[in-house]
Amino acid sequence: MIITVASGKGGTGKTTVTASLATVWDAPLQVVDLDVEEPNLHLFLWPELGSPAKAWMEVPELDAEKCTGCGNCVELCQFKAISMMLSTLTLYPDMCHGCGGCIAVCRENALQAGRRELGEIRQGRAGKIDFLMGTLRIGEAMSPPFMEQVKKQMQQTLLETNQDVIIDAPPGVSCPAICSVIDSDVIVLVTDATPFGFHDFKLAWESFSPLGKPMGVVINRAGLGTRDIYDFCKKKNIPILAEIPFDRSIAEAYSRGRVIAGVSDELGTVFVSLREKIRDLAADSGKEVSHA
Amino acid sequence: MREILIISGKGGTGKTSLTAAFSHLADNKIICDLDVDAPDLHLLLQPCHEQEVAFYAGNEARINQDGCTGCGTCAQMCRYNAIRQENDRFTVDPIRCEGCKVCVSFCPEQTIEFPEKHCGTWYVSTTRFGTMVHAQLFPGEENSGRLVALLKNEAKKLARENNIDLILSDGAPGIGCPVISSLSGANFAVLVTEPTPSGRHDLERVASLCDHFRIRSGVIINKADLNPDEAAMIEQYCRERNYPLLARLPHDPVITEAMVQERAVTELGETEIGREIRQAWTRIEELAG
Repeated sequence: MIITVASGKGGTGKTTVTASLATVWDAPLQVVDLDVEEPNLHLFLWPELGSPAKAWMEVPELDAEKCTGCGNCVELCQFKAISMMLSTLTLYPDMCHGCGGCIAVCRENALQAGRRELGEIRQGRAGKIDFLMGTLRIGEAMSPPFMEQVKKQMQQTLLETNQDVIIDAPPGVSCPAICSVIDSDVIVLVTDATPFGFHDFKLAWESFSPLGKPMGVVINRAGLGTRDIYDFCKKKNIPILAEIPFDRSIAEAYSRGRVIAGVSDELGTVFVSLREKIRDLAADSGKEVSHA
Repeated sequence: MREILIISGKGGTGKTSLTAAFSHLADNKIICDLDVDAPDLHLLLQPCHEQEVAFYAGNEARINQDGCTGCGTCAQMCRYNAIRQENDRFTVDPIRCEGCKVCVSFCPEQTIEFPEKHCGTWYVSTTRFGTMVHAQLFPGEENSGRLVALLKNEAKKLARENNIDLILSDGAPGIGCPVISSLSGANFAVLVTEPTPSGRHDLERVASLCDHFRIRSGVIINKADLNPDEAAMIEQYCRERNYPLLARLPHDPVITEAMVQERAVTELGETEIGREIRQAWTRIEELAG
């Protein structure tokens, strides 16, 4: 089973929930930090990490002597990554989406496969848990191609073991968020009950609903803000899987890098119950839950 | 013309609440919400839409089944696994399609259409603090960087037409496409952080991004009293790297109170946090030149 912990708004407590859920999970587990722009899960789970492996994507490289200036590649490229200036071809590798079209369309073989660094992938272990994370290179704009490579690594580990997976997703509702939930069996949306949290939660729910995956909600900092989120979930039949109370001591524990499931017995119970409800949600969905 | 951008790396640090307060305090400016993916500033400023424009960007492949012979060239060439095959029928999965045009160009039957994509809506609005430019990308859409660039251009155009000297923008979390697009041409970035391991880690990454693009920046530590040791480490980091510390704000539920009342926190009368934010704004105006 692959579970993705997502949220529309940043700072709602995705990483808090992922870390806590991981520590109470009672089956073989792999956790994956797919928030590659700002990975944080390692700051709470303290994994022992192996050496980083660089991840690359294919971008074109020009052999200027072979180029006849026909412009077919410029015409094909949709991302402004190639331009023709005074009949000289110029490449902008940072803009390239790696579709391979320019290389395929060039009749003179003047374009060949080169590469651009996307970031670093690290694997390791946090106690019994397999840990995987990606860190996007500073200045790299596109995270989905890199996230795909982290996911490929995740699938590789899954082939060798029979574990559950919990993914910590990036915030937002656009391409990186979709990329992280698209292959999962269950989506857990974390929100807080503030007007910002509620507004962005609705966007996330709208965005992920078409994927047809079972979805449930964790309300963080419950008691703060308004009741709008509860009314909305009731109306739309979205199960509330857990509530984490608003409590300054929880915020302080988090600020010290602690996993909050271990802060008190009450909080531990909240996450054990969340674990069981996620399993029920997966089972109830009527679909066979398997590794993607 | 000056462009001041509020960003944070990590989400939930208080960017939008601070942008709303600065919008209240600043004279003569255009306000921009550049978090086009999950915008929230409108919840505090209640913009009245004066202009509403559809945003089209990029294209999406669509296979015309009448001409398709099922040769499968499109599926072989697509690097994004966006072409689905069921028996002999090929279709494009719009969620995975990058709009790269490779399948369109290489289809031997020329039967793949490539219509423009409607990705969202952008607005010019009036608010009680002045003109605001903002947008909403449709859920799940891409091209947020292009939409950010468009909003910035519109803001500049409006500023020039109306002799306005300042563009004040709320940014997106992270360090990716929309953030990079927001930073282009900015005079000063206000980096909002919180004294937590995630806050510090993400501050370091977003500050490196600003350095990478040579944008000057200063730091606000929000909820500083939540963990004074961590706050002190962030201050130390700022001193070492020469990022001016603009403010240390307390962890105060009045921020959430203001959010529930749909107001800027500086509109709620005299508060400690309000005074600190005013001082920070004076400092930002000096530093942004």
